[in-house]
Amino acid sequence: MLAMRRQADVLITLFFFIIVVSLFPLGVGPEMNILRAIAPGVLWVAALLASMLSLGRLFSIDYMDGTLEQLLISPSPLFLLVLGKMVSHWLVSGLPLVLMAPILGIQYDLSMEALSVLTLSLLIGTPILSLIGAIGAALTLGVRGGGVLVSLLVLPLYIPILIFGAGAVEASAAGLGYDAHFSLLGAFLLVSLVFAPWAAAASLRISME
Amino acid sequence: MSINWYKYAAPSSFYFLAGKLIPFFTVLAVILLVAGLYIGFFVAPTDFQQGEAYRIIFIHVPAAWMSMFLYVVMAFWAGIGLAFNTRLSSMFATAIAPTGALFTFIALWTGAWWGKPMWGTWWVWDARLTSELILLFLYIGFMSLQAAIDDPRRADKAGAVIALVGVVNIPIIYFSVQWWNTLHQGASVSVMQSPKMATAMLVGMLVMVLAAWMYSIALILLRARNIILERESHTSWVAELKETTR
Repeated sequence: MLAMRRQADVLITLFFFIIVVSLFPLGVGPEMNILRAIAPGVLWVAALLASMLSLGRLFSIDYMDGTLEQLLISPSPLFLLVLGKMVSHWLVSGLPLVLMAPILGIQYDLSMEALSVLTLSLLIGTPILSLIGAIGAALTLGVRGGGVLVSLLVLPLYIPILIFGAGAVEASAAGLGYDAHFSLLGAFLLVSLVFAPWAAAASLRISME
Repeated sequence: MSINWYKYAAPSSFYFLAGKLIPFFTVLAVILLVAGLYIGFFVAPTDFQQGEAYRIIFIHVPAAWMSMFLYVVMAFWAGIGLAFNTRLSSMFATAIAPTGALFTFIALWTGAWWGKPMWGTWWVWDARLTSELILLFLYIGFMSLQAAIDDPRRADKAGAVIALVGVVNIPIIYFSVQWWNTLHQGASVSVMQSPKMATAMLVGMLVMVLAAWMYSIALILLRARNIILERESHTSWVAELKETTR
């Protein structure tokens, strides 16, 4: 919850998301039919990038001031502590995006149903981004060029979530069922909830050797 | 006769073993490659549906198989290196990555050449093509992570974690044609059923697969030898080696 004290960080991520989403109508042109078609993809890609950009701060401040070493030698299991870090990362970088997405979706003239599907898909999807991203953040800790490297490691792993997250919205816009997309997203979430804290904890130990 | 496997787990003895094996695999690779290409281009009949253009299969399919297989092997050795802290296994994983990335690239490239006459387009955002592209990204991520970390032991372990996380992609690529009904044709060869192609085509393809195997083994051994020399350059046996070869 310390992250709440640096409110600027939260706002930067949020405004990054808003600006990226607003850039597309300016680049593509204000044709509503096109915008409606690309809206799910644009919102999801922007959420992906915003979530990724804030990964750098996940462990680096703790790494620099030595808190991380204290966490490593603390008696409570490391994966629980890491899970706590992941949850707080999602609360400050994922949740604001989820809350902001419907408003931005209106700019793209999405229907009411598409908006609710979009918000729900982001609600299930963004925690996965925090969970997987933490592994990349832990691996690149203190590595030169770490920020760019994180994107190279993490973005390929984000692709399935992007496909099914944006796919759910597109399916609902096309009048098809989107239950399958949600089931798969839910499965991703559960699997990464089990494995990601463990993998990130192992990565932290490797990085701190 | 029992072989002392642990002996060859030491980089110093493996170095000499690999040195003996490389010429053998290189010769086999060249012979199989020539034979496979000959069968593929001169013996195999023209496909009644796809015409002559299907012949790219002799390069495309072996490359695609190797790209997936090498990733699993790489993740396996990286995982062994992480779990048992064996130096040689991690070096092996590092040695496999560039060859795997090369095959992934060849599979995508030849796939584009095949796609143009067959589908009328170089690229479609189809499940199998996309996941093969992700595989290329995973290889590149693995290599750049290892390149960015100066300490080789840490680079090995960090690479192992990312390689193991990426393994989830392999079954997705393999089954993508069955799971999603997409443009990419289904597998023509399967262990379970009789193959859906002419014998000469099948033989040509299998010979090319073997050639790809031999090539990979030779190249990986060669690269592993270089990595061993680089990492063990401070040890006495490498110093002796320098003396004798001078």
